[in-house]
Amino acid sequence: MELDVFIIQTLINVLIILGVFSALAGFTTYLERKVLAFMQRRLGPMYVGPYGLLQVLADGIKLFTKEDIVPTNSIQTVFKLAPVILPASAFIAFAGVPFLPDMEIFGVTFQPLIVDSNAGILFVLGMMAVGMFSPLLAGLSSGNKWSLLGGARTAIQLLSFEVITGLSVLAPLMLVGSLSLIDINNYQIENGWLIWQQPIAFFLFLIAGYAETNRTPFDLLEHEAEVVSGYATEYSGMRWGLFFIGEYVNMYIVAFLTVLIFFGGFGEGTFVDGLLYLAKVFFFIFLFLWTRAAWPHLRPDQLMWLTWKVLMPLAVVNIVITGLVVMF
Amino acid sequence: MKELEIRGSQNYVPVEIEDYPTSGWDKFTQVVKRTLKGELFVGLWVVFREMVKFDIHTLQYPEEVLPVSPRYRAVHKLLLLLESGSERCIGCGLCEKICIADCIRMDTKVDENSRKEVTEYSINLGRCIFCGYCAEVCPELAIVHGPRYENVSEQRAHFALKDDMLTPIDMLKAQKEYPGFGALSPNADELVKKTPLAY
Repeated sequence: MELDVFIIQTLINVLIILGVFSALAGFTTYLERKVLAFMQRRLGPMYVGPYGLLQVLADGIKLFTKEDIVPTNSIQTVFKLAPVILPASAFIAFAGVPFLPDMEIFGVTFQPLIVDSNAGILFVLGMMAVGMFSPLLAGLSSGNKWSLLGGARTAIQLLSFEVITGLSVLAPLMLVGSLSLIDINNYQIENGWLIWQQPIAFFLFLIAGYAETNRTPFDLLEHEAEVVSGYATEYSGMRWGLFFIGEYVNMYIVAFLTVLIFFGGFGEGTFVDGLLYLAKVFFFIFLFLWTRAAWPHLRPDQLMWLTWKVLMPLAVVNIVITGLVVMF
Repeated sequence: MKELEIRGSQNYVPVEIEDYPTSGWDKFTQVVKRTLKGELFVGLWVVFREMVKFDIHTLQYPEEVLPVSPRYRAVHKLLLLLESGSERCIGCGLCEKICIADCIRMDTKVDENSRKEVTEYSINLGRCIFCGYCAEVCPELAIVHGPRYENVSEQRAHFALKDDMLTPIDMLKAQKEYPGFGALSPNADELVKKTPLAY
């Protein structure tokens, strides 16, 4: 491919990802409020626009026009930069995620994937792990004890669940024999969905994904009942909004990765497959909201207990068994 | 486990609380049991069922309001005589006298029929504690408490003047008689369980 075509195509891809997924992140907040409300027999947002659809817009205006407060005792530079890391790393991680199968538009094959790397999954998981620095730095630089506690909990979660994410993905990767997400997808066309071969790895990966995006059973970072708002206590306006966008984009990454690795991805890439792919992704987004309505939080010590005493041994046993099966 | 005594035919279900595990093995078996029992999925099922049932209990407040009990004491109303449309208030001044918050003021004069006429009547709602003494002491059922509990004003001392409280003469037909203290709410039947004898 010629260089200028490559650059233009990449730029278009980047803009599409940025536009679509920041809009989707906003829309998911509306979806979340509605689903949570229905599950609790409420109506949710109803007043702004038909069925409260324009609530996202109202929230956006509010976030953008709100006063940006930087506390006196904070470490100013770090405090201001910390919220940028989370959405930035989330969007960069999306560079490695094929969010639709290859499409042909006006005779041009269009690959909705920015980097088809042979280490795609490592790149995506690595970028997502970088995102955890955002709450950590925010918590440490805020000059507030609640933030500090939130930041400390980030460190706990980072140390605990990065291990699980890596180990849980290892077993399916041993079966596939490649780190490229496209290869993983193609492997499943012939061999069936990986969840049938690796159910334990799937559960471990999902649990770790919830912890990495700090969603409900593991949202210790901003447990409002315990640490006010955790690392985000001192943030207001769009700086807080950036944390929010980052969290929702990360949710989409986890949903996409789960579907790609364990649920056959986009299969052979026909139109129906593409629709099914998106449907599967949205099911996992719904699962995020569903568990938030149903399940209570864990305590930090329970989280550590769960990780090191239950999930990590399970993951290691899973890898050993998979290794033995692959070997013989 | 303590047995709960159940009387009558009510369908109370006592909560089963097992003894807390003491040894390490007991704790381990409890964890395994709880993990595999699928209670987490029961939780998921319950919220999903409620979402599908869509039995929403939200009251969209400014458009919908719950009926107010007749016992509720909100902003006062001055009533008219249903037959003639003339004011019930005879200007006796008992309400002004009994008011413990000292918030009622009235001016009276003797009119051409040598009846006592109320020229000014006002209640300082910033002082009123809505105790209901004025309505209770009124010998003519002229002042009663109404159901209007939404008050907005630009200053703390918000006054209700005679014209605000008096039933307009063209609304005389719509004037409802005060059902009395202890009267049931209009939606009482929906709120109250039937007495056991009714089953």
